[in-house]
Amino acid sequence: MTATFLRKPPGTRPRRPPWEEPPSPLGQGAKAVLLSLLVLSVLFPLWVILVTSLSSRETIAAAGGLVVVPRGIDTSAYETIFAGGAVTRALWISTLVTVIGTTLALTVTVLAAYGLSRPRSLGYRWLLAYFLLPFLIYPPLVPKYLVVTGLGLKDTIWALILPPAISVFNLVVVRGFFQGIPSELVDSARIDGASDFRTLTQIVLPLARAVIAVVGLFYAVSYWNVWFDALLFIDRNDMYPIQRVLQSYLLAGQAPNTSGAAVGATMPPTEAIKMAVVVLTVAPIVAVYPFIQRHFVKGVLIGAIKG
Amino acid sequence: MTVREVTAEAGSDQTRPGGVAPRRRRLPLRTRLRRDWQLLAMVAPGFVILLIFSYLPILGNVIAFQDYNPYVGSNPLDAFVQSNWIGFGQFQLLFADPAFWHAFRNTLAITAFQLVFFFPLPILLAIVLHSLLSSRLRGFIQTVVYLPHFFSWVLVVSFFVAMFGGAGLLAQTMREAGMEPWNVMTNPDTFIILVTAEAVWKDVGWGTIVFLAALSTIDQNLYEAAAADGAGRWRRLWHITLPGLRPVIVLLLILRLGDALSVGFEQFLLQRDAVGRQASEVLDTFVYHFSIATGNYGYGAAAGLFKAAVGLCLILAANKVAHMLGERGIYSRS
Repeated sequence: MTATFLRKPPGTRPRRPPWEEPPSPLGQGAKAVLLSLLVLSVLFPLWVILVTSLSSRETIAAAGGLVVVPRGIDTSAYETIFAGGAVTRALWISTLVTVIGTTLALTVTVLAAYGLSRPRSLGYRWLLAYFLLPFLIYPPLVPKYLVVTGLGLKDTIWALILPPAISVFNLVVVRGFFQGIPSELVDSARIDGASDFRTLTQIVLPLARAVIAVVGLFYAVSYWNVWFDALLFIDRNDMYPIQRVLQSYLLAGQAPNTSGAAVGATMPPTEAIKMAVVVLTVAPIVAVYPFIQRHFVKGVLIGAIKG
Repeated sequence: MTVREVTAEAGSDQTRPGGVAPRRRRLPLRTRLRRDWQLLAMVAPGFVILLIFSYLPILGNVIAFQDYNPYVGSNPLDAFVQSNWIGFGQFQLLFADPAFWHAFRNTLAITAFQLVFFFPLPILLAIVLHSLLSSRLRGFIQTVVYLPHFFSWVLVVSFFVAMFGGAGLLAQTMREAGMEPWNVMTNPDTFIILVTAEAVWKDVGWGTIVFLAALSTIDQNLYEAAAADGAGRWRRLWHITLPGLRPVIVLLLILRLGDALSVGFEQFLLQRDAVGRQASEVLDTFVYHFSIATGNYGYGAAAGLFKAAVGLCLILAANKVAHMLGERGIYSRS
C-alpha cells in the first residue's frame, strides 16, 4: 500500500543525483519545446473555442471565423442557448443520465467488488470468472441492440444508463483496492458482530474514498460522453443527450436550433453558438477533473497494477 | 494484469504441497450460505446486469446462423424463435463481400500504422516526464495532457474540425495569408494520419500513467552503478530503463494486438460522412452499417462474430508468444 511512490515527501527538494552528468543545453531545449507544444496543443484549442463563444458578431466577422485574441465579452450566445430549446433540454437529459447512472453504477460496482473480495466465500471462483469474462469478450453490437430494444428501453434514458452500469475494469480497480485493505481491520469488525453490509459501509468505504472518487469520475465521464448508445437507442430528438446535439451542430452541419429565443431578437452569430455548445459540453469535465486527477495514481494504479 | 493475479489465487486453492495435507474441511452448503448470503446479495445486482447486457447478447450471437427477420415476431425473442436456421449462409455471403474485405484491410492498415506511430509515443513521453526534476512542473503537465482522455470522440473531432476543418482556424489563417487552404478533415488520402493524430492527441498523456508507474519502480542503484561503470545517458536508457519497462510494454502490446480489429469505432463513425466510406470503413462501422442501419441483423451479427473470434484468437496467440519469450503476459498457468 505504498501510495506515495510517485510523489516525493514534501520538504525534500528533488536534486539531481551526484553521479548523473549535467544536462546538455540541447537536450533541455528539445525537452522544453516538446512539452510546451504538447501543453499548448491542449490549451490553445480550448482557449480559441472559449474566446469565440464569448465574442460579438463584429469580432467574429473581423477575425473571419474563429477568434484568437478576445475583444470584449459578449454572452449573447449563452443567453440564447439558455433561453430554452434543444441544447438546454439535451443538457438536462445528459445531467440526469450522468447523475442517476453514476450513482447506480458506483453502487453496483462497489457492492460487487466487496462481494468478490473474500476468496473463501461461497461460489467465489465461479462468480469471479463470471464477472471477469466480459473483459475478454465484448457484448456484440447486434444482439445487444436487440436485447435493449426487446426490453422496451428504446427512447428512454435507461437504455443509456443500464447497459454500462458495471464496467469490469472499474470493478477490478475497486476490488483490488478492497483486497489491499489489511484483513485484520475487516476481520475484527466481523468478529465484533458487524454484518458484511455494515463492515462495508463503516469500515471499508471510509478508507476507499480516493478510489471511489476516481471510479466515480470514470463512470460520470462515460455517461456524460455517451454518444453511440444514443445513436442506437434514442430516436426521438427531444430525448437526445448533449453529445448527439453537439454532433448534429458541429459535424453534421445542422443549423443550431434556437427556438427558445424571442422572435425578432437579433440572433447571435452561429459560430459563437456552436462554440458555446462545445464549451458547455467540456465545462463539466474540466470543472470536476482537477479535483480528482490527483487521486489517479493512488486510486487506480494500486488497484489495477499489482505485480 | 489482474486476470493473472486472479488465476494465481484461484489456483492456490487446489494445489496442496506434496499432496499429503488433509483435505480442507468443507463446511456444509447451508452453513456457508448462512455465512456468505450477504456477499451473494451484494454481487447480485452486478450479476443481473451482466447477465442481461453481456451474456444474453453473447448468446444472441447465434442469430449469425439464422436468416433473422425482426418482423416475423412480436419481439426479438419471438422473432428469434420463428426465424429460419441457415447455418453458415451469412458467413458465405460475408466472405464473398468485397466491402467486408475492404473494411478488414482498412482496419489492419490503421492498426499497423498506429502500432508504429502511436504506440511508442506514451513510452517516450513518460521517459521525458520522468526526467523532470520539478514535481510541480511535472504535475502541471500531467494534469493538462491527461485531460483530452476524458473528452468524448464527438468533442475531439469537433476540436479538430474547429482547428483544421474547412472553416477552421488553419484554413482561415491560410486564406488570410493568400494561400489555398487545405482541408485535412475531408481528405481520404491523409485520413489515416488524421485519425492517428486525433488518437495521439486524446490518449498520449493518459497512456503515460502505466509507464510512469513502471519507471518509478526501477531500482535507482542500477543507474548509479551503471554510471560508475561509465555508461552514458543513452546507454543507461537502453540497458536499464527499457528493460525495466519491458513487461509493461509487452503486456500493452498483447492487449493492443488482441484489439487489432477494433480501431476507435466512434471516431470512424463520426467522420465517415466527411471522408467517405473508401477510407473510413472499418470492421466496426461495417457491422453497424450492414445491420442496424439497414436492418440486416443476421449479416451484421455474422461480421461481428467473425471479428470477435479473430480477436480472441489473436489475444491468445499474442499471449502464447509472450510466454515463449519469457514474459508473463496477461495470465499465466502457474
